[in-house]
Amino acid sequence: MSKGTFEVKVGLAEMLKGGVIMDVTNAEQAKIAEDAGACAVMALERIPADIRKDGGISRMSDPDMIRGIQAQVSIPVMAKCRIGHFAEAQVLETLEIDFIDESEVLTPADEHNHIWKHDYKAPFVCGCRNLGEALRRIAEGAAMIRTKGEAGSGNIVEAVRHMRTVMTEIKRVTRLGQDELVAEAKNLGAPLSLVQQVAKLGKLPVPNFAAGGIATPADASLMMQLGAESVFVGSGIFKSDDPSNRAKAVVEATTHYKDAKRVAAASSGLKKAMKGLDMSEIPIEERLQERGW
Amino acid sequence: MKVPLDLESVDGLVIPGGESTTLSLLIDSFDLRQPLINFGKDHPVMGTCAGLIMMAKDVPDERVNPLGFLNICVDRNAYGRQIESSTEMVKYHFNSNTEIEFATTLIRAPKISEMGDDIQVIGEFKGSPVAVISGHHLGLSFHPELDDIDLFHQILFDPSSNVYTKNLNQIYAT
Repeated sequence: MSKGTFEVKVGLAEMLKGGVIMDVTNAEQAKIAEDAGACAVMALERIPADIRKDGGISRMSDPDMIRGIQAQVSIPVMAKCRIGHFAEAQVLETLEIDFIDESEVLTPADEHNHIWKHDYKAPFVCGCRNLGEALRRIAEGAAMIRTKGEAGSGNIVEAVRHMRTVMTEIKRVTRLGQDELVAEAKNLGAPLSLVQQVAKLGKLPVPNFAAGGIATPADASLMMQLGAESVFVGSGIFKSDDPSNRAKAVVEATTHYKDAKRVAAASSGLKKAMKGLDMSEIPIEERLQERGW
Repeated sequence: MKVPLDLESVDGLVIPGGESTTLSLLIDSFDLRQPLINFGKDHPVMGTCAGLIMMAKDVPDERVNPLGFLNICVDRNAYGRQIESSTEMVKYHFNSNTEIEFATTLIRAPKISEMGDDIQVIGEFKGSPVAVISGHHLGLSFHPELDDIDLFHQILFDPSSNVYTKNLNQIYAT
């Protein structure tokens, strides 16, 4: 028998396709998410919008808080560790976390290296802004990729930029000949074997999800139509005025993302979405997406 | 398929893996429950993992309301969380002459804890059934698609495939 193989890790990511993964900070929110139809929850101490507002160092969540959420829901529970903080990842694996997010939302612990994720039985998800970054994370063992977007902004523009960039770069790679892929791998900063795999598959070798700024049902539909296979919603739900209804609406819009009438129905009668930030209000040095190498 | 109308253009159904709480909720909120039950009366339906849970008659978890195609009781996530997920060699037997072993991937898998007399077991792992069939309804604890296994699809959806009489070990030499 073989546990924790790359195939078994990607297997869980495959099962989350078409669903919505919601950020929650306590068991009560986790229940709201599960009851709304979330396919998984991300347990974290503060949602990205509050991390941005409060400042300070943002770390892995308290194990007791994570256990409380695991006890509350039956869907997979994910949790975040800092970039390069392999000891936090070891702790999360001990807690039997179903998916570890090595996340730019927390303060990085290593400014050169990410975690070597092949060493863990638990699968990892990592953020990316382009194909090279995605393939570097997959090389390290990530079983799922998500766009970084700009977490906690409530602004979809960065997630769109990152998804468009990844998709355009994938299309480009599929048009290149074998003799051109070495230079392309050099330019992308990605291993040749993975670039060759993308050229053959026409997509990433692991599921490709969207995250970072999704606040409305239409945002979810937009990301799915751009090629995301699932969406993460962070601050967008529990920073809105009616989390339960908004959570249900985002699930409905993600499921029926191609059906504008259903997305319209899901968007109707909701209270205010989170306020959000224009990118000009976030100085470059405060952008979470700049973290990761 | 996402809306009842989709059922009119298909001959059979695979209820895939995922989260059974989500499947159960969306089946009700999108008015799919009765159309699915009606469809299953005279069409082949296969359920894998979360789909197996939805195929069951009884699921001892109030968050899930199954469709009841198979006279079985299923416990959710009974093999543990993701770090317990695994690929195993499992033996399958389709009739007295045919036994075949192949890699089988279980992801946060459900366990069949009880079953009625009308259920035929075609695969067992660690003493529990992981593949069961009754008429045109088939339930699997695992994910055949993750290991490129189409044998179960043939059994259920392609009567001309003669899976029961073929020498499967020749076809699926592992």
